Amino acid sequence: MKQETNEKALLQGLASNDKKAVEAIYRENYNSIQALIINNNGSADDAKDIFQEAMIVLYEKVRSGTFELNCQIKTYVYSVCRRLWLKRLQQLSRYSSPVETLEGVVPVDEEIEEHEKRDAEFEMMDKAVSNLGEPCKSLLEAYYLQKQSMQDIAANFGYTNADNAKNQKYKCLMRLKKIFFTHYKNGKSDE
Amino acid sequence: MNDNNEIMILDAVERYIRGEMNPEERLYFENLRKTSPDIDQLVVEHTLFLQQMNRFGERKSFKALLQDTHIVLAEQGKIDSSRLKGKAKVVYLWNRYKRVAAIAASIAGITALLVTGTVNYISPKTDNAKLKELGMKVGILEQNDKALDKKLNEVNSNITSKIKPGTPIKGGGTGFLIDAKGYIVTNAHVLNKGKNIIVLNNKGEQFIAEIITIDIKKDIAVLKIKDKDFKPYSSLPYGFKKSSTDIAESIYTLGYPKNEIVYSEGYLSAKSGFNGDSLSCQLGIAVNEGNSGGPVLNNNGEVIGILSTKELQAEGVAFAVQSRFILQTIDQLKKDDTAYQNLKIPAKSTLAGMDKKQQVKKIQDCVFMIRSY
Repeated sequence: MKQETNEKALLQGLASNDKKAVEAIYRENYNSIQALIINNNGSADDAKDIFQEAMIVLYEKVRSGTFELNCQIKTYVYSVCRRLWLKRLQQLSRYSSPVETLEGVVPVDEEIEEHEKRDAEFEMMDKAVSNLGEPCKSLLEAYYLQKQSMQDIAANFGYTNADNAKNQKYKCLMRLKKIFFTHYKNGKSDE
Repeated sequence: MNDNNEIMILDAVERYIRGEMNPEERLYFENLRKTSPDIDQLVVEHTLFLQQMNRFGERKSFKALLQDTHIVLAEQGKIDSSRLKGKAKVVYLWNRYKRVAAIAASIAGITALLVTGTVNYISPKTDNAKLKELGMKVGILEQNDKALDKKLNEVNSNITSKIKPGTPIKGGGTGFLIDAKGYIVTNAHVLNKGKNIIVLNNKGEQFIAEIITIDIKKDIAVLKIKDKDFKPYSSLPYGFKKSSTDIAESIYTLGYPKNEIVYSEGYLSAKSGFNGDSLSCQLGIAVNEGNSGGPVLNNNGEVIGILSTKELQAEGVAFAVQSRFILQTIDQLKKDDTAYQNLKIPAKSTLAGMDKKQQVKKIQDCVFMIRSY
């Protein structure tokens, strides 16, 4: 019972970007995942990649608000990592005996599918933003990601007033949207 | 001026999406949305965009947080450091290179086998030292046989092996049905002068068979299953090709180089065999001992030959007896002995157009492991 509430608290912490919660989950699970990957033809770097990807899956799940974990965090993370690593092995077509089930595994195919979709969207946005060039990139990041006010942005970027900054932001935004939606629609039609 | 207008609209849209409008403004804007499809579209599109942008930002900062956490925990020694030490490193290196090690070991093993092979084997034709028949090595086979017998006994103690345990094995390989009633064709060298023949299907069921005809020169033998446990098939899925096949056509074979049916594929590389032998044809395919006597089929599921030998001095070069010589052998048999008048070889394949997986599924029941004692 105590463990259950503890796990719930951890997930809540994760959803609100609490550093301590992230650290706790990380510390509890990383070693077993590294062992899993290394025993199945992977390196420590692979282990880090896969584990962090699984953490992102879990993070985005709890952020969505509708998520209810029906098993221990450990089992969930292990299942996701196992699935991700099997996929990676297939892509690399590295020879390997199938990844053994050392602990309980829960089905995570839906999550992986959703994760792959989001992954593709993230890549699209990442590409679009880096194609934008400066100062547009920093300007939009300051407004949309760091949520700075137009006044602050004007001051930081050296615009004479907020209206001029707004004008510039608008132009940058139009460019970004154009790049992003071209890729987005192409990506969708590929499916 | 126009620009300014659009900036204002977008600003309004963003405030609307974020829920920053007061009720009055909100009502006004919602009415505007209903009347102007352009603005409605803009709201939908921008909602999607902002959602993507938010997710992008969230994931980006979470990634940075994970990266920091990893470094902090590794420095404090709370997780295993990314640099591997001691046993972990050995395990890692072993896992990484075990495949290379396995390949090196098998090359050494194969070389040793090839050396003994050159000494031991007598081929019906020409340059014996350079060709290797693909019958199974008796030693290996005996071992396998013991293991198999043991397994079978474990599975069902009621089924006794159909041959007395301890009988020495003379030869072995693969064979396949040429007539649904239980006629099997294989290589003569597979039988290796053995008189008692056992054939096993891919489920491990054993049937007693007898030799009907052997043609050492053509390296063809025909067997008939004489076993009350054998149920004749209604028809065979493949057909037999009378004409010769074009080179470069892709081909595949099924056989028993181990205690389990094995699929390999390749291509027809030449219309003649070793040193211009017109009886056989040359294949580019990787096969092993035990594949001898297996069917060589093209993509339409037509048998173009019987896999028989491989070249010792080159990897992946094998030879097959052309299918028209099977037909010749059968014709001769019918002429010589009226008992086999009703033997009918299927001419037409029912597999054309199917993918390989489907073809193999249908064919594998017709391919048998052959043991001669």
